[in-house]
Amino acid sequence: MIPAPFAYDRVDSTDAALAALAEHGDDAKLLAGGHSLLPLMKLRLASPEVLVDVGRLSDLSYVRQDGDTIAIGALTRHRDLETSSELAEQVPILAHVAGQVGDPQVRHRGTIGGSVAHADPASDLPAVILALGGSFLVRSSERGDREIPATEFFTGFLESALEPDEMLIEIRVPAVPGAGWSFQKFNRRALDWAIVGVAAVSRNGSSGVGLVNMGSVPLLASGVTEALDQGGSIADAAEHAADGAEPQADMNATVEYRTHLAKVLVRRALEEASG
Amino acid sequence: MNVTVTVNGVERSAEVEPRLLLVHYLREVLGLTGTNVGCDTTSCGACTVHLDGDSVKSCTVLAVQADGSEVTTIEGMARDGVLHPMQQAFMENHGLQCGYCTPGMVMAATALITESEAAGRTLDDQAVRVGLEGNLCRCTGYQNIVASVLACAAGELGDGTGVQVRDGQGVPA
Amino acid sequence: MTATEPRTNESPAVTGTRLLRKEDPVLLTGEGRYTDDLQIPGALHMAVVRSPFAHARITSIDTAEAEASPGVVAVYTGADLADLWADQMPSAWPVTDDMVNPPHFPVTQDKARYVGDAVAVVLAESNVAARDAVDLVDVDYDPLPAVVDLEAALTDEVVIHEDAGTNKSYTWDLEIDEAAVTKAFDEAAHTVTGKFVQQRLLPMPMEPRAVACVPEPFGGGVTLYSATQIPHILKVMTAVTLGMSEADIRVVAPAVGGGFGSKLEVYAEELLCTALAHKLKRPVRWLEERSENAQATIHGRGQIQEIDLAADADGKVTGVRVRLLADMGAYLQLITPGIPLLGSFLYCGVYDVPAFSFTCTGVFTTMTPTDAYRGAGRPEATYAIERGMDLLAREVGVDPAEIRRRNYITTDQFPYTAVTGLEYDSGNHESGAEIALDLAGYDDLRAEQEQRRSEGGTKHLGIGMASYFEMCGLAPSRVLASLNYSAGGWESATVRMMPTGKVQVVSGATPHGQGHETSWSMIVADKLGVSPDDVEVLHSDTNISPHGLDTYGSRSLPVGGVAVALACDQVLDKAKQIAAHQMEASADDLEFSGGVFSVRGSPDKEMPMAAVAFEAFTAHDLPDDVEPNLTAQVTYDPPNFSWPFGTHVCVVEVDEETGAVEVRDYVAVDDCGTQINPMIVEGQVHGGIVQGLAQALFEEAVYDADGNLSAGSLAEYLVPAAPDVPTMRLGQSVTPSPTNSLGVKGVGEAGTIGAAPTVINAVVDALSHLGVTEMRMPASPLHIWEAIQAARGGDGDGLTAEQTTDTAGADRDAPSDSVQADQGGAS
Repeated sequence: MIPAPFAYDRVDSTDAALAALAEHGDDAKLLAGGHSLLPLMKLRLASPEVLVDVGRLSDLSYVRQDGDTIAIGALTRHRDLETSSELAEQVPILAHVAGQVGDPQVRHRGTIGGSVAHADPASDLPAVILALGGSFLVRSSERGDREIPATEFFTGFLESALEPDEMLIEIRVPAVPGAGWSFQKFNRRALDWAIVGVAAVSRNGSSGVGLVNMGSVPLLASGVTEALDQGGSIADAAEHAADGAEPQADMNATVEYRTHLAKVLVRRALEEASG
Repeated sequence: MNVTVTVNGVERSAEVEPRLLLVHYLREVLGLTGTNVGCDTTSCGACTVHLDGDSVKSCTVLAVQADGSEVTTIEGMARDGVLHPMQQAFMENHGLQCGYCTPGMVMAATALITESEAAGRTLDDQAVRVGLEGNLCRCTGYQNIVASVLACAAGELGDGTGVQVRDGQGVPA
Repeated sequence: MTATEPRTNESPAVTGTRLLRKEDPVLLTGEGRYTDDLQIPGALHMAVVRSPFAHARITSIDTAEAEASPGVVAVYTGADLADLWADQMPSAWPVTDDMVNPPHFPVTQDKARYVGDAVAVVLAESNVAARDAVDLVDVDYDPLPAVVDLEAALTDEVVIHEDAGTNKSYTWDLEIDEAAVTKAFDEAAHTVTGKFVQQRLLPMPMEPRAVACVPEPFGGGVTLYSATQIPHILKVMTAVTLGMSEADIRVVAPAVGGGFGSKLEVYAEELLCTALAHKLKRPVRWLEERSENAQATIHGRGQIQEIDLAADADGKVTGVRVRLLADMGAYLQLITPGIPLLGSFLYCGVYDVPAFSFTCTGVFTTMTPTDAYRGAGRPEATYAIERGMDLLAREVGVDPAEIRRRNYITTDQFPYTAVTGLEYDSGNHESGAEIALDLAGYDDLRAEQEQRRSEGGTKHLGIGMASYFEMCGLAPSRVLASLNYSAGGWESATVRMMPTGKVQVVSGATPHGQGHETSWSMIVADKLGVSPDDVEVLHSDTNISPHGLDTYGSRSLPVGGVAVALACDQVLDKAKQIAAHQMEASADDLEFSGGVFSVRGSPDKEMPMAAVAFEAFTAHDLPDDVEPNLTAQVTYDPPNFSWPFGTHVCVVEVDEETGAVEVRDYVAVDDCGTQINPMIVEGQVHGGIVQGLAQALFEEAVYDADGNLSAGSLAEYLVPAAPDVPTMRLGQSVTPSPTNSLGVKGVGEAGTIGAAPTVINAVVDALSHLGVTEMRMPASPLHIWEAIQAARGGDGDGLTAEQTTDTAGADRDAPSDSVQADQGGAS
C-alpha cells in the first residue's frame, strides 16, 4: 500500500513531458490517471524511478471529428468518453465500452491513453479500437510524430510499440454512425476485468471483431472476419473466434473454456451487431 | 514537495513525499480518519472521496496529483450539525452495520445521484447497484444500501428535520 | 438536576419496533474510531516479513541492511524474540486427549509452513520506514514440497511438523449407537452418498486487522487496542502467552469493522505488539494490508465431507453417516480443531433421524490456518444434509419439497431430543417452509420449469430450497466442558440506574456491527420504563467491562441480551422494595407500568422510577437491609443452546452456453424467535444470505500446487458487489424460544447457513435434466460449464469428460487436486 520512493515531475506541456522522457528513458513512467500504474506501484510490482505527471495536460483531453475520423486526446478520461455526445453519435461502441471500464471512480480518473499504453490484454478499450480499425498517434521529441495502426501497436504482454521516449498523443478511430455494434463482456463480478470480451462492429457488409483477454495481447479475430467475408454464416464464422489466439488459463477459465466462451460471445456479438 | 488541497472548504498545505497517497494525506497528515482503507488493489471503494466533485478512490491518487484541488470527505458532508440527506437515508434504511465501508458508500452514492441528475437519468434498483459497483460491503448484502440511495434520490426522508449530530466535523485545526 | 421523563402508561413496547440505530450517526459522519484511526503519539510502526514459500526451511536471515535503513529501530527474527513467550500461541480447544498441537509462535524460527508465515518483524519510526525495511530483510529459504491436498496430507509423505511425525492432528468421533446405524443402512430401501468440498474462504471483513499497544505510565501495564471480536478472551490469552499478570493488560476493541469470526482469534501481531511495547516501553502499532489479510488472517471452511443417507421406501430418513476431513492449515489457531465439531450435531438437519454417526479427522496442510468463519461448522453441516436431501429426493423420485415434508421434526415433537442427545427448544419447520414456498410461488415455478424444458432452449430455470436448524447462543458451559472447550459460555451484564434515572448498561458482549447498543437499550427501555435514548451501553473495554465472553456464534442476544434483561429484573426488584417503603405499601401490592410504580387499590399513590433512583442514590430513607443505588450484575449461563431455524428458496437461470448463473429470486424465512428490532434482524439476514450465496457462486481461496494463494486480494478474491447479488424477499415466522425469558434465539449466522445449499440446489436443479447431479462450489461459470460437459459425456468442443477434467487440472492455477473429489457424488 506504500509505493517505493520515486522522483516526481509534474509537467505543464507535452514538450516538457517528451523532454523528461528523453532525459530519463526507461527509468521514467508517464502518470496520467494512474489507474493502471499506481495499483502496481502500491504492491511494489512496479517501481519507476521517475514519474512524469501528464495529468494536467488538458489540451490532450478532447473528442474531435476530423472528416471521417474521430480523434480522441490520450488524456481523455473514461467518464468523458462515456458521456461524450459526439462519441455517442459517431462511435457509440466506444462511448458504451468506456462506461464498462472498471467502476465509476476508476472512470473518473482513468484515461483512454493510459489504458492503451498499458497494453493489458484484459483491457476493454484496445479490443474496441482494434475492431474499429483505429490507430495511435505517438510523438517523441527527437523523431516527431508517427501513426501506428492498432494492429501493430500491441506487441506483447503489457508491451507496446511505444519507444521509451515516446508518448501516446491521440487515438484515431473511424466515425461509424449507424453501424451495428456489440460489446459482450463476460465476467463474474461487475467490476472485474473480462474473462473474455468481444467487440464487434458491422458496417457496409463487413465486420471487425476485437477480443479481450484471449492471449498476451488485445487482438483481432481475423478468422471470423475472413469466414464472414467468404460468405460464412455467423454461427460458422464464430467457430473461428479463437483462430490464432493463444488464450491463457487462470483461476476463472481453462484454455478450453476461454476458447469456447470466445465462440459463444463472438456469435452473440455478431448477431447483435447485425441485428 | 508542498501540496495545497482545499479539504471540506478549508485550504491546507503540507510538505509531503511524492509517494504519499491522497488517502494517507487525509488520514495521517490532516487527521481526517473518516476515510477508510479496505484494500490495496483499488477494488473496495472504502476510501472514496470527492476530488473536484468527482468520486475517486483516494488510495489510487497521489497527494501531489491532488495539489490545487478541492476534496470533500465524509467529515464534510454533515452541515450545521445536521446529517447530509444521504447520511440520513442510510440511517433510516439501516444501510450500514459495521460502518467501515459507509463513508465510501455515502461519497460514491452522492456522486452517483449528482451525475444521474445531470444526465437527466432516473435511478432504479439496478442503476443504483451498477452505480455502486466500485464499493464493497461485507455486512448488509447491499439491499438496504440500495434502499437508502433510492430513498435519498426520491427525497423520501423521515420528517425532513434531519438527525442532529455534533457540529464542527470539518478539518481539525 | 433534571430527572428522566418517565414513559407514560400508554407507551407502546419499544422491543419489536424498527428503532433506528444509536450507533449510526457517529459511523455515518466518519467519527467512528477504528483501531487505525487512533492517534498515538510516539508510536513505533511494526511491519512483518512473511514467507513467500508455502513450506521452506529457513537457512539464514540477514537483518543488517534493514536495520541500517532510515527510521528503523529494530529488526527481530524468531530467535531474537523466543524469550518473550511464556507459552506457545493459544489453541483453546483440545478436542481429543491425543490431539497434535504443534509448536506455534508469533514468529517462526525453523521453517515457514504457509505463504504468509511470519519470519521477522521490523519496528520503525514511521509506517513508510517499516515498509521500506521489509524489502531489505534478506531471508534464505530452502524450499520444501507444499501440502495442499487434504487426502495427500494424510499419507504423511511430506510431514509439515517433523517433531509430531504426522500431519494428522486428531480424529474425533461422535459414536452414539453404531449398531443402529449399521442396521438402518442394512435395512434401507434407498441410500444415497454425497461427497462435497467446502472450499476455503477468506472472511474479508471490510476493516483489515489493526493493533496498537500502549504502555501505561509508571509501570501501569499496557493497553492493547485491537480490531478484535474478543477483548476479554484476548486479555486472558495474552497474559498467559506472555507470562504477564492479567492485571497488567487492558484490552480495548474500538469500533470494529466487521469480523465474521476472523477476529475471534488471538493473533501473532497482537502478541508481538504487546510484547514489544512492554519490552521497549514505547507504543507499537501495526496495520494489516488487505493482501496481507488474505494470507495472515484465518481462513474459513476447508472440509471434504462424505455423507450417507439411509431411507425407507417412502423416503423417510432412517440413518445418517458422516465422515469429514478438515483442513487445519499449518497450525492450530484459537479454536481451529473444534470448528467441525460445532457442525457435528447438525448433520441430521431439521429431520427426525433415529440413527447417526459422525467422524472427523483434522489434518495439517501448508496453508493459512483455518478457524471460525460465519456459521463455523454449521453451514458446512447444513450444506451436506440439504444437498443430501436433494439427492434422496431424486433417488426416491419425489419433489425436494415433498421429501423434506416427510422428514421434518413436527411442531408437536418439541422440545425434541435429537439422536445426538441435544434438545431442540422449539421449531415450526413445515409452516416455515410453506411460507417460503408460497412466497416464492413454488408450484408455479415448477410448472414454468416443466413448460420450458418441453420447449427446449439454452437457459435453464432452477429452483432450490434448504431448511436448517442453527445451533447458537453459545453456550451452556457444561456442554462446552463435555466437548473439551477451554472456556465457559456465559455472559455478563451490569445494569445501573443513575441518580437522574438514566441507565448505564455494561455488557460483556463485543459488537462489531450488530447494533448491540440499540438492542440492549430497547430491552432496558421496556424492562425499566425509560426511553431507549436514556440508556447508555458500555462494552469492549476490559477495564469497563471486566467480565465477558464476547461476540461470536450468534450468542450475543440469547446470552448477553438475556443477561441484560435479567439484570434489569433485579434492578426492578430492588426499586420495588424502595418504592414500597417510600409509599408505605407492601411490595406485593405494587405494580410497575410505563416507568411508574403504583399501589394496587390506591390510585393516588405513584412513584416514578426516576424518583426511586434518586432515593436509592441519596439513601436518606431506604428500607433496612437495602444497599444504596440501583445496580445489578448478572452472569447468565444458558441452560441450552438456542435453535433458530428456517427455509430458503432460490430461483436461478443458468446459461448452458456460458455457465453463467443469474439469481432471479431469493426468498428466506428465518425464525429467530422473538425479534427485539426487526430492522436489525433483516439486516443480519440480508448480509448472511449474501455471504452464503457468495460461497455458492463466487468465493474460493484458490491455492496453486506450490501452495501460493492465487486469490490473495480483493481483485482476485470475489467478494460480490451490489450488481452481483439479488434483492431478497423475507417471509415472517416467529416461534419464541422457551429457553430464555426474552424468547430470543440469535440471528447472526442464519442467512449464511441457509444460503449455500439453497443456491447450489437451485443450480443443480436447473441442470438436472442434462444429467448434472453435483456441483463444485463456487458454482462459477467455469465449474458449471465443466459439469455440463462431463454430464454430456464431453461432447462440448470435442473433448471427452475425462479430458476436460484432466486439462482443467493441468492448466489452471486452481489446485484441482485439493478439490477434485466432488464430481459425481450421488450413487
